[in-house]
Amino acid sequence: MNMSKKTKNICTAILILVAVILITLFDNDVIGNAYIKRVLNLAAIYAIISVSMNLVNGFTGMFSLGQAGFMAIGAFTVAVFTVPAESIPSIFYIEPMAPWLAAIRLPFVVALLVGGLIAAVLALIIGYPVLRLKSDYLAIATLGFSEIIRIVFTQMQTITNGALGIKCIPGITTMWVPFGAAAICIGIMVLLINSSYGRAFKAIREDDIAAEAMGINLSFHKNLSFAISSFFTAIAGGLFASLLTAVDPKQFYFTLTYNFLLIIVLGGMGSVTGTIIASFIITGGLEWLRFFDEPLSVMGYNIPIFRAGLRMVVFSLLLMILVLFYRKGIMGQKEFSWDGIYNWIMKVKTRLSRKKGGA
Amino acid sequence: MSMDIFMQHLLNGISVGSLYALIAIGYTMVYGILLLINFAHGDIFMMASYFMIFAVVDFGMPIWIAIPLIILLTVILGMLLERSAYKPLREAPRMSIMISAIGASFLLENLATYLFSGVPKGYPDIPWLTKVVNIGNVSFQIVTVVAPVLVIFILIGLMWLVNHTKTGMAMRAVSKDFETARLMGIKINTVIAATFAIGSGLAAVGSVLWGAKYSSVYPLMGVMPGLKCFVAAVFGGIGNIPGAVLGGIVLGLGETMLVAFFPGLTGYRDAFAFVLLIVMLLVRPNGLLGEKSTDKV
Amino acid sequence: MDRQVLGVNDVTMQFGGVVAVNNLSLHVNEGEIVALIGPNGAGKTTAFNVITGVYAPSNGQVVFKDNVISSNYPHGKFRKKYLGEQETMDKYSVVKSMTPDKITKLGVARTFQNIRLFKNLTVFENVLIAKHMRSKANFLSATFRLNYKEEKQNRDETMELLKILGLDDVKDEVAHSLPYGKQRHLEIARALATKPELLLLDEPAAGMNPQETVELTQFIKKIKDDFNLTVFMIEHHMDLVMEISDRIYVLDFGKLIAEGTPEEIQNNQRVIDAYLGVQQDE
Repeated sequence: MNMSKKTKNICTAILILVAVILITLFDNDVIGNAYIKRVLNLAAIYAIISVSMNLVNGFTGMFSLGQAGFMAIGAFTVAVFTVPAESIPSIFYIEPMAPWLAAIRLPFVVALLVGGLIAAVLALIIGYPVLRLKSDYLAIATLGFSEIIRIVFTQMQTITNGALGIKCIPGITTMWVPFGAAAICIGIMVLLINSSYGRAFKAIREDDIAAEAMGINLSFHKNLSFAISSFFTAIAGGLFASLLTAVDPKQFYFTLTYNFLLIIVLGGMGSVTGTIIASFIITGGLEWLRFFDEPLSVMGYNIPIFRAGLRMVVFSLLLMILVLFYRKGIMGQKEFSWDGIYNWIMKVKTRLSRKKGGA
Repeated sequence: MSMDIFMQHLLNGISVGSLYALIAIGYTMVYGILLLINFAHGDIFMMASYFMIFAVVDFGMPIWIAIPLIILLTVILGMLLERSAYKPLREAPRMSIMISAIGASFLLENLATYLFSGVPKGYPDIPWLTKVVNIGNVSFQIVTVVAPVLVIFILIGLMWLVNHTKTGMAMRAVSKDFETARLMGIKINTVIAATFAIGSGLAAVGSVLWGAKYSSVYPLMGVMPGLKCFVAAVFGGIGNIPGAVLGGIVLGLGETMLVAFFPGLTGYRDAFAFVLLIVMLLVRPNGLLGEKSTDKV
Repeated sequence: MDRQVLGVNDVTMQFGGVVAVNNLSLHVNEGEIVALIGPNGAGKTTAFNVITGVYAPSNGQVVFKDNVISSNYPHGKFRKKYLGEQETMDKYSVVKSMTPDKITKLGVARTFQNIRLFKNLTVFENVLIAKHMRSKANFLSATFRLNYKEEKQNRDETMELLKILGLDDVKDEVAHSLPYGKQRHLEIARALATKPELLLLDEPAAGMNPQETVELTQFIKKIKDDFNLTVFMIEHHMDLVMEISDRIYVLDFGKLIAEGTPEEIQNNQRVIDAYLGVQQDE
């Protein structure tokens, strides 16, 4: 059973309107608080990263684990180029920033794009040798890359301020920045996925030998997918830096990547809408799970298992349980559609009425 | 650089390389059979170190009992890992199995952090490994010599196992053609479990030698050696056991020499492995000793 | 009329110690239907994989029209054989083998013995993907839909092809949900969408009943005429092979043991011993 096109359009319009109203209300502090806003902003940024990870892992069938590294590139590019000139001496107090670098100050958007381009070029440098053959090695190469980037950023005192990191990055003032960026980035990726290039990616995922027999240049398309994914990951990394206003290499430990892995597994490998929904669930959930790390006492008795570290144990268990028992995630390879919702409601309805009839 | 100092670095490089070799064998064997990267291998190695600390420090066991015991415990852990993270997904897409392996790896790391805290612990001192010996102007710990010798013996033993025993024959059959081997009545699950057992046992041996060299034990200690040893396995030719040993030694030597000759690059020591991986994939993608692989179409 | 489309010269394919194809030479002329037959494990599919670039030959050369698809003469045989006789050597100077996608682009399309469809994509998408290779749009213009004219044309052509091949009624179904026979048809449709001159069919009738095989025979004849194709196929169904082939090559243990018209092959004692004899025993 299907809804008419008009109804669907109206539903979509209402959904967008609700989102716009909600963001406006949050922005003007009518509802929510700084904490909730921060979590939502983070979720929007994570959604960009997760969708771009899904572009490689879910749509092209390769296994990249370099998200933390590419984020770091975007984050540090924004940090290095947008930090106000007057705060540079106080931030780089051990070793001064390289003068040529300190002389270049870029607007936020330009710095974002520069970060994205650097990431894309690095992705090609890794991807060219690795993706020519077995895509398997991509997992290790990207994981290693992500660690090396962290090492390099810790070493480059005069550029990244080493382990101290960079503070005083101009922050995000409105929720429209992360949410707008998410809409644009994810929108572009959706357009790409539905274009003839996106179909080629999916063909490679389904069967690379058949795809090659259809005239698809495997190496070119794998590299393209990987580079585009890295580009958007770095853009999101830049937003991340601006959201936190301070970055240091330790934030980009490779385990950060596992957050996005959990998101795409939960949302469904190969589903953009699933990924977006999962980004909000996981980001919110991880915040909520923080109580696991706090000592918990019930009726004056301290439950000993609640202490620092439990949250991450639960997190990793969740990842394993998902992939072992719930491999398809929320959406599988499907996308959100009003028809899907409508059919789901109808199914629940008939089931309920049947139960009533039985009783 | 004087000859003595060079010898010192050479010895050091070979012994570090031997440790890498022990871990790399586990990767290469699992990859040879399942065509999967066992992401949790480095964490098995980490857990073996913790087992040792508990056995010796907390339970006060003598070293000669503790060593076989922790090898046994690590083997059990490795087989348990295979049971819970790999076996249920035998028919699943490869990506799912890799994610499951990552989940298992992350779980071990987080469990270790949760249970043992992130603060580094000291590895128990094993005097007959850590004792310093001087020959001429070259001074070294005994472990520096023990490690490569042990690796050679283990390699010989493994080659015998693979080439002359029934289990070894089954392993070779499974790695050549998984499905056909299954149809021929080879008990796939037993073979895979045996592979994980051997790999984990060697990781435990590696952890003892590692502990004699670097005494700090912490939950993420297995990550970097894990990644590097996979690179070593690829470098030697994945699936090839002598290749893994060779790869490990080349990697260990390369790293040590890089730092010895270019002290300015000390901070980039860990990056060496990945540069090696990229160069290798460009020049000789099948590894030093690897056969050319062909997928059946 | 006897223009050679495909030339396979001295091709040997070795995997470790196993020689899957041993010094195979054959050719296919324009407009022909040529069959490659032989018992299981004779190396037929391996030969196809060498022709389509999945494997690079251990020795020998594959030529499609004027293009060297792959060439490898590690022991200098290449020089002796061609340098002395031919003057236009520059044409044959390629030593590396082309990748499968380049070969498809030249006009060689194939199907697979164990159907390799894009299982989770629709029938329409399966065929449409073949159009990507010849699209001029780069990834930016494709993303921002600046190529909408080309895209529309590709979609129209795909639709037309599906209609011709009788797959238009299932165009929105997911490929793996199709019945077996339709899946075989879809594989051929997908190959045709690459606009090939030479179509390689790897056991197109595998798993089909006699009725379906007869239909397939007609189908192959029809597409050969409609699309102006040269067909080279591997097949086990002798009725089909004997009916539509102009010429037949017989492979046994990687070696060519006979070549000729269907009548000649049917009466060839070596073939009967090696191949037909075995079949009659079954």
